[in-house]
Amino acid sequence: MLILNVSAYRNVVLCACVLVMGCLPNSLCAKPYTPQSSDEVLEQLPLLNNRTDKVLQRLRRQLNTEPDNLQVASAVANRFMELARSESDPRYYGYAEAAVKKWWQQSKPPLAVLLIRANLRQHRHDFDGALHDLHAVIEQDPRNGQAWLSLAVIQSVQGNYEASRLSCLHLKRLASHLTEMSCLSNAASLSGSAQQAYAVLKQAVDNTSTTDVEIHRWALTLLAEIAVRLGDAKAAETHFLQAFALNQRDVYLLASYSDFLLDQGRAKQVIELLKDDTRSDGLLLRLALAEQITGTGDLAKHQEDLQQRIVAYRLRGENIHQREEARFYLELLKQPNEALTLALQNWQVQREPADARLVLDAALASQNTVAAQPVLAWLKEKKLEDKTLQQRVALLE
Amino acid sequence: MKIIILVLLGLISTTALGHKPSDSYLAIEMQDSKISGQWDIALRDLDYAVGLDDNRDNQITWGELQQHQQQVSVYALSHLSINADNQACTTQALEQLVDKHADGAYTVLRFAVVCPVLPKALSFNYKLFFDLDPSHRGLLRLQQSGTTQTAIFSPEQPARTFELGTKSSLREFFEFAKEGVWHIWIGYDHILFLISLLLPAVVWRNNQQWQPVLSFRTAFFDVLKIVTAFTLAHSITLSLATLGLVNLPSRWVESAIAASVLLAALNNIYPMVLTRLWMVAFGFGLIHGLGFASVLTDLGLPENSLIVALLGFNVGVEMGQFAIVSVFLPIAFCVRRTWYYQKLTLGFGSGAIAIIALCWFLDRSLNISSLALLSRMRVNLSSGVPDLLMALNL
Repeated sequence: MLILNVSAYRNVVLCACVLVMGCLPNSLCAKPYTPQSSDEVLEQLPLLNNRTDKVLQRLRRQLNTEPDNLQVASAVANRFMELARSESDPRYYGYAEAAVKKWWQQSKPPLAVLLIRANLRQHRHDFDGALHDLHAVIEQDPRNGQAWLSLAVIQSVQGNYEASRLSCLHLKRLASHLTEMSCLSNAASLSGSAQQAYAVLKQAVDNTSTTDVEIHRWALTLLAEIAVRLGDAKAAETHFLQAFALNQRDVYLLASYSDFLLDQGRAKQVIELLKDDTRSDGLLLRLALAEQITGTGDLAKHQEDLQQRIVAYRLRGENIHQREEARFYLELLKQPNEALTLALQNWQVQREPADARLVLDAALASQNTVAAQPVLAWLKEKKLEDKTLQQRVALLE
Repeated sequence: MKIIILVLLGLISTTALGHKPSDSYLAIEMQDSKISGQWDIALRDLDYAVGLDDNRDNQITWGELQQHQQQVSVYALSHLSINADNQACTTQALEQLVDKHADGAYTVLRFAVVCPVLPKALSFNYKLFFDLDPSHRGLLRLQQSGTTQTAIFSPEQPARTFELGTKSSLREFFEFAKEGVWHIWIGYDHILFLISLLLPAVVWRNNQQWQPVLSFRTAFFDVLKIVTAFTLAHSITLSLATLGLVNLPSRWVESAIAASVLLAALNNIYPMVLTRLWMVAFGFGLIHGLGFASVLTDLGLPENSLIVALLGFNVGVEMGQFAIVSVFLPIAFCVRRTWYYQKLTLGFGSGAIAIIALCWFLDRSLNISSLALLSRMRVNLSSGVPDLLMALNL
């Protein structure tokens, strides 16, 4: 709750800044001043600094006294990565890296560090680097289920469905049946066997008694997404709601459901769903899109916030937001040429149906059918079944 | 064993608004020999590094930041080294302010950089926060005489050297060359002077009559001589004046330029000098060079690249001149036998130029308010000059 308030406060400051001064990219609202009173609160620190995370504090103290203790170091790193995820705060990924930096640069880092590094590299969209680390983990420990699953998902994101399927097969006896089935169905559904994949996964979900909420939600989200691609909106809706019923807010699920609603022409519901959840850039983008369609809400402010974030990441020379950026330019700003460039760059890194769709949409909007040809050929080759893509493909062929 | 679906989370950007990776913004500005810096560093990062929240209430107040001012500037500046041509510069912290960036409050540390030499190359070595957060980036913006260069410092690339001389010199050269071309293009007095001298180049005087020259070669060499002499002359005075070796009052120079146009035009109507026009071009070219010099000085001369500026400007002037000649000569040669050329262009054209020049001369030399009428005329005529030029060339 506190964090939400802080971020809302910052949004107000940012917005005021933008309106009053017209921010320059490099300085991001630079107008240095001298505060009037020494009581003026300049910054609200995150909870970590409140010393509430006793475990982390203890571990960090221990690491200070025993800087060579790999176990403590990787425990600190893992705790920071959990924080990075739960707080959606990328600084913690940096702190995690710092905790294990001693081993990070080694030619053969220990297994624990390799897993952490793979995770961080994947977060930074360095998928090839992450794959490299995961293969190294598997070489040392062929029974590492986490490594096989991460490997399978990254391979799927890169569009290597056959490799992904083979990785999933290794999960047998290393992970739960539902995990294995989810992994396999994902790869199969994207490479020409969507119907079968849906049936197999549905059966696995129905027969499961898992207590692992994360896996359960992943399976349901996958089911919903396969149903969307098969054009079965009713089934998709059911599975999305089942996933929400697991009663844990999940950014990926929210984003996926919002996209479904936007495609269904139910933008109003997206606003209902996301209006109090502007913490994630990805969700904020979908909220802004819904606001643009319905003409309600604070579109101008949300658009400005997104623009600021894009500028900040570009200054760092990072492109981990390229998918959102392309969609921002295409759908919010209506600048299809800029969007096409970004979508094609993104396509070199990520090859999910959403990434293909962005290229096709941008190509259609900028009337550049030639640019879409490699994606069209790829979709054919992979036999990707996706009702939402079919219309676009027909227009471009 | 609990397996986590980490990867899924990474696939959409889950970064919270108001949270972004750690960056600092370092702006270095060079003005002549003075180097100043401004460094925006997130309070959150500083708190993580040196601890600012003294009362541990999870908030950083201005009072707390002030308490740590010395500590912050020492910590920050000790993680940045700047070298001028491989000799270490020192930094001196000046004031500290506060700024709100998109992701929170930053301290704004202003500092002076003192280098043992005026740098040809400036090197930076950036180490801030890399030990605590390897994903931290230092975003540098280096500003120097109108050009901006940037760098992103990371643990993998903590150092960067900027060549200040070579790159910016080239740019400066082109900038001044552009100014030179522009000045010729808008400086009607120079164009009219040149045209006045060039008009008789395709004809020769015989028995009080203009006769067309027979070969293009003759005309070409005549023009070449005139233009070379004019160029040589104005280059000499332009250099002397820019380097401060010659200094004449601008009113005198401007009046003399107007007079030169007047005399050159009159010479086409009442010919006095018929051969060796190049000597006239040289003599008056000396005066025009002084006029160019005042323009160049008005542009604001860079102290440490005066020669580059001078050279660039001069090359620009020549290019502008060359463009005019290359349009003028072929056309004039083709129509040199016609009545239009000999009577209308040479005669009336020169007359018109003479009148304009007379107005300029009176305006510039006397500068009396009763000449307002003439001044207005000058303005009107000036704006009409392009049309006139076209008429002259036809």
